[in-house]
This record gives sequence, structure tokens and C-alpha cells, in this order.
Amino acid sequence: MATSGTPPPAEPGLALAELDDAALVAQTQAGKVEAFAELMKRHDRKILRLARHITGNEEDAEDVLQESFLNAFSHIGKFAGNSKFYTWLVRITVNQALMKLRKRKSDKQVSLDEPVAGDNEDLVREIAVWDETPERTYSQEEMRRILDEAIESLEPIYRTVFVLRDVEELSTEETAQTLEISIPAVKSRLLRARLQLRERLTQYFRRGKGDDAFAYL
Amino acid sequence: MLTCKDFLGWLNDYLDETADEEVKAQVKEHITNCVNCWVVYDTTKKTLQVYKGMEPKEVPDALRAKLLEALAKKCGKAVS
Repeated sequence: MATSGTPPPAEPGLALAELDDAALVAQTQAGKVEAFAELMKRHDRKILRLARHITGNEEDAEDVLQESFLNAFSHIGKFAGNSKFYTWLVRITVNQALMKLRKRKSDKQVSLDEPVAGDNEDLVREIAVWDETPERTYSQEEMRRILDEAIESLEPIYRTVFVLRDVEELSTEETAQTLEISIPAVKSRLLRARLQLRERLTQYFRRGKGDDAFAYL
Repeated sequence: MLTCKDFLGWLNDYLDETADEEVKAQVKEHITNCVNCWVVYDTTKKTLQVYKGMEPKEVPDALRAKLLEALAKKCGKAVS
């Protein structure tokens, strides 16, 4: 992963795969397109997942992936290295994905405006302990499907914040900057997103499905 | 003494370990005495853990090839 500040000069003869992001960015800026291809290969899985989580649609996500990389390539000369390359790429991807989401005219549900504030207590309905190791109950593929479906069931306003904070692990400040919303808005949306996901996942991961929810008492 | 509603208000900061020591102690005391809130705390913590532990899917070779092709077109030369 790249570090902020001036990138160190790449050692001659070092394979691209052995260079860190900052060195690859420097090489791309110097005209070596293969260095950018290495950056794409290094980050494409996470960027595709991010695009999928925001758009909620595989086809749109693939478009966003391509548009984001090409956009980053076009503007790489302006990338000053004040943040990590990956964080910069995430910002580009979020913007592309949100544009895609807004353009989807047929989807009348898409709104990134502030929702009517509800009571967080309303979001806590299921009180049931989980299995210690739900990943042993489900295959990796099943787990991925369950987690993806749970995210996609959230409104875009909540899932974008959750994905940036808890999947991409951006800070609260970075998330606020990327989405152009206030820090209190990030915090309140994140709480609602986490509680809603917890609620949905409890259906799958509760200890001994079918038992009394209070059986542990 | 925190109420269950107060607990929900502090849950994020507690999970993210950004709560100050006094709040941390109050939340800890609350979830020690309130089983329902302990379950909410524990299952929300596990929610974050399962998402953080999930590796992204591989990008299909055909899509990777398409990306390289688009990059080559953009810069006007073949990219290996």
C-alpha cells in the first residue's frame, strides 16, 4: 500500500509487482502504462466490490470499475500523493457509482437525500445471540451471498456510508469528505446501517435457529 | 446510569473505540447489567467482523482483459 508524501524512486530492475503503490503511481506519471496496469490488477477486486455494493447491480458495477480506472489514469498527473492512491481511487469510484445510481431513472427508490429521522430504538427488534462461528455453518460462497444481499437491502443512503466506513475502512472524516456530507450525518447513518444489518443477519446467524430467542437466559 | 436509549447513542463510539474512558466505563456497566443491550452490542460487533473478514471475489479473466483493452485504447498503445 502506498504511503503519503514523496514516493521513493523505484529501484532499477525491480518487477512491477514488487513495487508499492506510490512507486507505481510515479512510474505511471513518468509514462509507463504497465505500472498503471499493475495498480489495476492490485485493486480491481476491491473496487469492483465497492462499485457492486453502491450500485447494487453487477452490470453497472463493471461499468463503474472501468470508468473509475480510466478516470484515475486520465487524472494521474494531478495526483499529488497527499493521500494513499487507493483512497483516491475509492473517491473516484464512489463518485462514478453515485452518478450511475442517480442516472438510473427507472429506480424511483434511489435517494441520497437526508431521510426523515427515525428513532434508532425502532431498529432493534431481534434480540437473539449468534453462533460463535457462523462462517462454519455457511460456505464462503453462501456467506458472501448473505452479506451482499443484506447490504443491498439497505437504502443507498445507509449502504454507502457503511461500505466506506466498515468495508473500505475509511475514517469518519474521509467518508464525510467523499460523500460530501457532515460528520454527524456519517455517524447517524452508520449507526442505522449497522443496526439494520445486524437485524438482517440475525435471521441467518442466530444460535440454533428456531430456538426461543431468550433461550440463553 | 445509562438508559438503553443512551446506550444505542454511544454504541458506535464504543465499537470504534473512540468513546472516552468515562463513557466506555458507563457503556460497559450498562451491557453487564442489561442482557438485551449486551446482545445488541455483541451481534453488532460480530456484524462488523464478518464484513471485515470477507475477501472480495476474484475479478473474472474476461473482465480483466476488457479493462486492459480499454486502458490500451485510452493511451493508444498495447498494454501487457
